[in-house]
Amino acid sequence: MSGEKQIVRPYGDTTGDGMVQVSFTLPVTHDKRAEGAAVQLANKMGIDPAMVVHAKPMGDGFTFFVVYGRVNHLVDLNAVQVVERDFALLSAKDVNTVIKQRLRRKLSVVGACIGTDAHTVGIDAILNVKGIAGEKGLEYYRELKVTNMGAQVSVPELVETARAEKADAVLVSQVVTQRDAHLHNTREMSAAFREAMPAGRRPLLIVGGPRFDESMTDELGVDRIFGRGTTPGEVASYLVHALITQRKAMA
Amino acid sequence: MTGKLDLDPVLVARARELARRAGQPVVDLARSHTTVSVERAVLRLAGVTGADPDGIPWVNRLVDAVAADVGLGHGVAVPVFDALVREGSTDVTLLAQKAAAGSVRFTQPTGRAATAARSAARRAVGAGIRRIDRRRAERDRLIKRHGDPKQRPWIYLIVATGDIYEDIPQAQAAARAGADVIAVIRSTGQSLLDYVPEGATREGFAGTYATQENFRLTRAALDESSKEVGRYVRLTNYASGLCMPEMATLAGLERLDMMLNDSMYGILFRDINPVRTFVDQRFSRQVHARAGIIINTGEDNYLTTADAVDEAHTVTVSQLLNEFFAHEAGLADWQLGLGHAFEINPEVPESFRLELAHALLARELFPDAPLKWMPPTKHMTGDVFRGNLLDGFFNLAGALTGQGILLVGMMTEAVVTPWLSDRDIALQNVRYVLGAAGGLHEDFVPAPGGFIRRRANQVLGEALDLLDRIGEQTLLTAIAEGTFGIMKRPADRGKGLDGVAAHEADYCNPATDILEAAA
Repeated sequence: MSGEKQIVRPYGDTTGDGMVQVSFTLPVTHDKRAEGAAVQLANKMGIDPAMVVHAKPMGDGFTFFVVYGRVNHLVDLNAVQVVERDFALLSAKDVNTVIKQRLRRKLSVVGACIGTDAHTVGIDAILNVKGIAGEKGLEYYRELKVTNMGAQVSVPELVETARAEKADAVLVSQVVTQRDAHLHNTREMSAAFREAMPAGRRPLLIVGGPRFDESMTDELGVDRIFGRGTTPGEVASYLVHALITQRKAMA
Repeated sequence: MTGKLDLDPVLVARARELARRAGQPVVDLARSHTTVSVERAVLRLAGVTGADPDGIPWVNRLVDAVAADVGLGHGVAVPVFDALVREGSTDVTLLAQKAAAGSVRFTQPTGRAATAARSAARRAVGAGIRRIDRRRAERDRLIKRHGDPKQRPWIYLIVATGDIYEDIPQAQAAARAGADVIAVIRSTGQSLLDYVPEGATREGFAGTYATQENFRLTRAALDESSKEVGRYVRLTNYASGLCMPEMATLAGLERLDMMLNDSMYGILFRDINPVRTFVDQRFSRQVHARAGIIINTGEDNYLTTADAVDEAHTVTVSQLLNEFFAHEAGLADWQLGLGHAFEINPEVPESFRLELAHALLARELFPDAPLKWMPPTKHMTGDVFRGNLLDGFFNLAGALTGQGILLVGMMTEAVVTPWLSDRDIALQNVRYVLGAAGGLHEDFVPAPGGFIRRRANQVLGEALDLLDRIGEQTLLTAIAEGTFGIMKRPADRGKGLDGVAAHEADYCNPATDILEAAA
């Protein structure tokens, strides 16, 4: 939109009022001083004036606060950096057509939750026919051959299955993030594929999960990271883009 | 039957009969097989403790040594106590150490030697079971002294720091804040370990290990809390995965009060071999029955992978199967924390009425079981405000349908492991609902012919159809074909199969003998 402002502030109920709400806990017994401490923190966060609208003692020596107030920061939309979708979003029908006409065989996808992560909700949302939010999963795509290995798959098992299924792409879902398990597991996985297969023969490595930073692909050694709210259609479109359209264009 | 849904008693009886028909072949299978973990549990009851310098428990070393010499099919009790009699010793742990060093050979004795070994084994294992009996009597005394929670449902709260010494003060704080039951979450990887680690956990992934020491430390801390808050605070852990018989045994020895113990969870969600699971399952439930432990089954998990409306009947079927397996193993109705969950997509029209229908169906089908009501997880998003509202409706459904155990939902589900403030807000939500509407189940009788009654009867009908189909093809085939939670699990696949053995004619398990004689 051409008329959109490039410098903005948070919006409470009036343009430019800069109002935000935050909540936090301080390890302090609830009294006047604790509320003063909450105001001090809010001020240091750039909230000024800060209104402590709620303060509640919790257990021994903790107080929970809700603070409303005005921040003095400005947001420069020109300076925002995100990973924009750099491929066309295709319908299931178009995905099938491109694969059929240009790959001339089924595209093989292997998916798993690796490590100790037992949460299959992510990989199932993308792979199962059932899909998510009314959109069918990759198993529904006629030209995709999907192998869903489920939960708690070891990295060697995944590499072996990818080899056996001649995987064009490997999809790994990571939900548990305690002690950065999702990052460790992803690095272990990408290293194992680098070790097991030469560069031109390696499948496309894709990880997904609600807590990934989509710009960390190089650091994690993968081709693509999908964050919260990704749909099967986006993944399928990306597969076609990365494995067929873009590859042909580069050749 | 309290009759709020006008369920046809003939259909309900038929559902139970079909569950028995589907479950009986699995029980027969469990009665004719043993596993490494069942045998290790027997040795734990007989007094084997501790681990080698690499952390491998002596029970593992001993079972492996016996299996290498005579196989597993006779049971390890007789060869072990035969060796002990020959050694002229009574210290089983010492024998395990010698066996690990290779200085003991095991044989399957016959005649008089066999009789002597059997009675020595029975004495030692009997002493272990008497210890469990004493812990149960101790629980009864403490409940008498401190009292039970004043309200139903009991409020069940989770702690999950990964460090038992962090879990303990959090558990005590939770008890002070109103929790009646504390669950210490287990490290996710433990299900697939074929041994029970030793000692206190300081650094676990998404939880601590289920170890005897962790059990002991937490129970002792909650005994202090019970005294402080004036009600007996119960402690929950897990008897699941490859070592469930041993975990059940350790729970009995350390007076845990509830154990997560589902008949099919390991098969479906951890890809553990079905036969291994059913054999381990039966033994662990026999121990729970003896120890007075309430089991929590895991039907809520089906709904996190399958659709909560389309697949509602699979929850009912699993509850009926869990009930059959539990009764068969000697558990009483008051010990059956059958699971179900509030997992319908809130965007579905009338989703709350559907939830009420499903929750009330479970209540009416199992009137004497302390049903475990599980909060929304699948449709929880980063919108914590909406999440808090959803949890409020979950709590209301629990109150309206008279649930026994309410697992407190966190608005930050799917966002972070719960913060102190998340837990406080969640408990405030529960207290408000139970305070404002705790007795509403007395007034809540769905209208005859109305939506809720029709829906409940429909789910019961679908459950009967599914049980009919299972009966025609056996439960193992149904599991292999992906009937529950979509996952396909064939009986000859999955983890832990190599730890299963068919009974030889002279199979002897003194623990099972004692537990079944009492039942």
